[in-house]
Amino acid sequence: MATATYTGTEKPNYLNWKTTVASWLLTYDHKRIAILYLVSISIFFLLGGLAAAFIRLDLATPKGDLLTSDIYNKMFTTHGVIMIFLFLIPSIPAVFGNFLLPLMIGARDVAFPRLNLLSWYFFMAGALLVLIALFRGGIDTGWTFYTPYSSSFAKGEVSLAIVGVFLAGFASIFTGINFLVTIHKMRAPGMTWFRLPLFVWAMYATSLIQVLGTPVVAITLLLVAVERTFRIGIFDPNLGGDPILYQHLFWFYSHPAVYIMILPAMGVISEVLSAFSKRRVFGYHFVAFSSLAIAIIGFLVWGHHMFSTGQSMYAGIVFSFLTWIVAIPSAIKIFNWMATIWKGRVHWDTPMLYALGFMGLFVIGGLTGLHLAAMATNVHLTDTYFIVAHFHYVMVGGAIMGYLAALHFWWPKMTGRMYPEGWGKLAAMLVFVGFNLTFFPQFILGYMGMPRRYHSYPEEWAVLNVLSTAGSSVLGFGYLLPVIYLTWSLKYGKVVTERNPWGARGLEWELVDPVPDPHNFERIPIVTRPAYDYAHPEEPTGFVPKPRPVVVGGKDG
Amino acid sequence: MAGHSESHVHPVSLYTRTLWWLMALLVLTVAAGFIPNVPNWLGVVIALTIAVWKATIVIMNFMHVRFSGKLAWLFAGAGFFWLLIMLAFAFADYVSRPWEPFHGWPE
Ligand code: HEM
Ligand SMILES: [Cu+2]
Repeated sequence: MATATYTGTEKPNYLNWKTTVASWLLTYDHKRIAILYLVSISIFFLLGGLAAAFIRLDLATPKGDLLTSDIYNKMFTTHGVIMIFLFLIPSIPAVFGNFLLPLMIGARDVAFPRLNLLSWYFFMAGALLVLIALFRGGIDTGWTFYTPYSSSFAKGEVSLAIVGVFLAGFASIFTGINFLVTIHKMRAPGMTWFRLPLFVWAMYATSLIQVLGTPVVAITLLLVAVERTFRIGIFDPNLGGDPILYQHLFWFYSHPAVYIMILPAMGVISEVLSAFSKRRVFGYHFVAFSSLAIAIIGFLVWGHHMFSTGQSMYAGIVFSFLTWIVAIPSAIKIFNWMATIWKGRVHWDTPMLYALGFMGLFVIGGLTGLHLAAMATNVHLTDTYFIVAHFHYVMVGGAIMGYLAALHFWWPKMTGRMYPEGWGKLAAMLVFVGFNLTFFPQFILGYMGMPRRYHSYPEEWAVLNVLSTAGSSVLGFGYLLPVIYLTWSLKYGKVVTERNPWGARGLEWELVDPVPDPHNFERIPIVTRPAYDYAHPEEPTGFVPKPRPVVVGGKDG
Repeated sequence: MAGHSESHVHPVSLYTRTLWWLMALLVLTVAAGFIPNVPNWLGVVIALTIAVWKATIVIMNFMHVRFSGKLAWLFAGAGFFWLLIMLAFAFADYVSRPWEPFHGWPE
C-alpha cells in the first residue's frame, strides 16, 4: 500500500491501517512498539544462541579443540551480555507487557506513549554499542563485569559495551515507569486492583524492580568506565578503591534483575494455566501479593553472590537467611498453580505444555538455589557448573518457557493467524527434552567440581559434557522450529476469525476483532466481573457501554 | 513566591532559581574542599550534606514533587528508602568484617 492512511477493504486493525516504514518506526501505538521489540530481541536471541553453540561445541572435547581460551572467554561474555541485557530483561515486559497491559486493563494505550517509543530507541542504541564492542574484538569480562579485572586489566572495548548496557538499562527504566503509571491511572471503570489479571500484578512488581534497581547498575557500570578512562579510584585498591564494593552495587540490581526475568513469566503462567484448565487461579490474592513480596524481599538478598569473596561472615549469615525467605513466595505460587489445574479440564495445547514445563523446571531451579543459599554448600558449589545449571534452570527453563508460552498463547491475538499446533507441540517437547539433556548433567559436573568459565577440562568429565553438547543441539533445534513456523504462519497460518480462539477470559479476548484496531476499544469497557470468571462462561468480563452503562454487581473473590 | 501555584504551569523563575541554588552549592562544595585541616570523616559529612541538599532541590522543584499528590511522594520516598537499604546492607558488611566470632579466631 502506497498511502499512509488506510484504504483497504478489510476492517482496519493495528497492523494494516498504516503500512509505511515510518508508520512503524515513529509509532506511538503500544502494540506496534511491542512488535518492534519482538523483532529486535528475536534477532538478539539468535545471536546469543550462536555464541552458546560455539561454547558447547568447544566443550564437546576435553581439550577444547575449537576455540582458544581467549576466544572462549569472549564467547561466554558475548553470550551472557546479549542474553541477559538484550534478550531476557526486555523479553516479556517489553513485548507482552507492552502489547497486553493496556488491553488487559481496558485502556487505549500506555500512560506515556512517546516515552515508550523512546525506550525502544534507547534499547536499540545500547544494543548497537554492545554489538560494535563485540565486533571490534569483543570483551572477556563475563556478563558481570567484575572489578578489578574489568576496571584495571581487561583489554578491548569494555567501556563501549558498558555505555551500551547503560542505555539499554534506561530503556528498561522507561518501560517500568510507564507501566507503573499506566496501572495506577488508566484502569477502566470497574477494573479494581483485585480484578486485575495476575499478569498485570506481575508486571507491576517487575516495574517496581526496574525503576528502583536499574539506576544503580547503570551508574555502577558507568563508574567502571570512569575508572578505566580517568583512573579515578573507586574499585581499584591501588587508587584507594574497593573491588568488593563493585559486587555489592552490581548485585543490588542484578539479583532483583533475575526477578525482572522470572516475575513476568510467572504472570504468563497464571494466565495460561487458568485458560487451559478453565478454572480461576486458585488463591488469587496470594499469587498477586507473592509477586510484590518477591519484588521487595528480592532486594535484600544480593550478598548470596558474595559468600566466598571476603564479605563479612555476619553479613553472609543474614543474606543466607533472607535468601531462604525469598523462596517462600515462589513456592506459594507453585502450590497455588497446582491447585488451579487440580481437577480442571486440562487442554494440552502448546502454551499449556510450555506452562507445565515451566512448573517442573522452575522448581528444580529454585530448589537448587536453596543449596546455593546455604553458606556451607555454597563454598563447594560456587563458580562451578552447578551455578550454571541452577541459573539456566530458572532463566531458560523458567523465563524462556514462560516467554514461549506467551508467544503461542497470544499469537492469534497479535497476528490474527494461528500457528500450526502439531509443530508447536513437537517444538515444546524438543525444547523440554533438549533443555534437560543440556543442563541436568551440569549439576553433576558442578558437584564433581568442574569450574565454570574454562574452555578445557580433565578427561573424566567428557561423557557428561558430550551429553550436554548433544542436548544443546536438540534444544537449538527446538528453538529454531518456532522461528520457522511462526514466520511461516504470518502468511500461511489459519486466519483466526473468532476473537477468542482459546475460550479464555480477560478483556484482551473480548475485543471486537482478533487483531485489535489501532485504538483498542471503540468505547472504554466497564468491568463487572473478577478475573478468570470461568464459572460463568457465557458472561464477559466487561461490556461496552451502549446505549447506557448498567453496572451489574459481580462478586469478587 | 513562584512555588505556591496549584496549576501545572510553573514560571520560568522557578527553574532559574533552582539553577542558581545548584550553582551556589557547587561553589560551596568546591570551597569546602579547600578548607585546611578538615579531618577526613568531616569532609565526607560536609560533601554528602551538600549533595543531599542539592538532590532535594532538584526533586522538589525540577521534578515537581512539591506540587504533586501523595502517590508521587510515596514513590519518591520509596526511592530514598531503597537507597538506604543498599547503603545499610553494604555498610553492614564493611563494619562487621573485622568482628571475631570468638577470641583468637584465625585471620
Ligand atoms: C527465580 C529466578 C532466579 C534466577 C533467574 C536466578 C539466577 C541466578 C544467577 C544468574 C546466578 C549466578 C550469578 C553468577 O555467578 O554469575 C544465581 C546464583 C545464585 N542463585 Fe539464583 N536465580 C533465581 C532464583 C533463585 C532462588 C529462588 C534462589 C534461592 C532461594 C537463588 C539462589 C542463588 C544463589 C545463592 C546464587 C549464588 C551462587 C554463587 O555464585 O555462589 N536463586 N542465580
Ligand atoms: Cu541472586
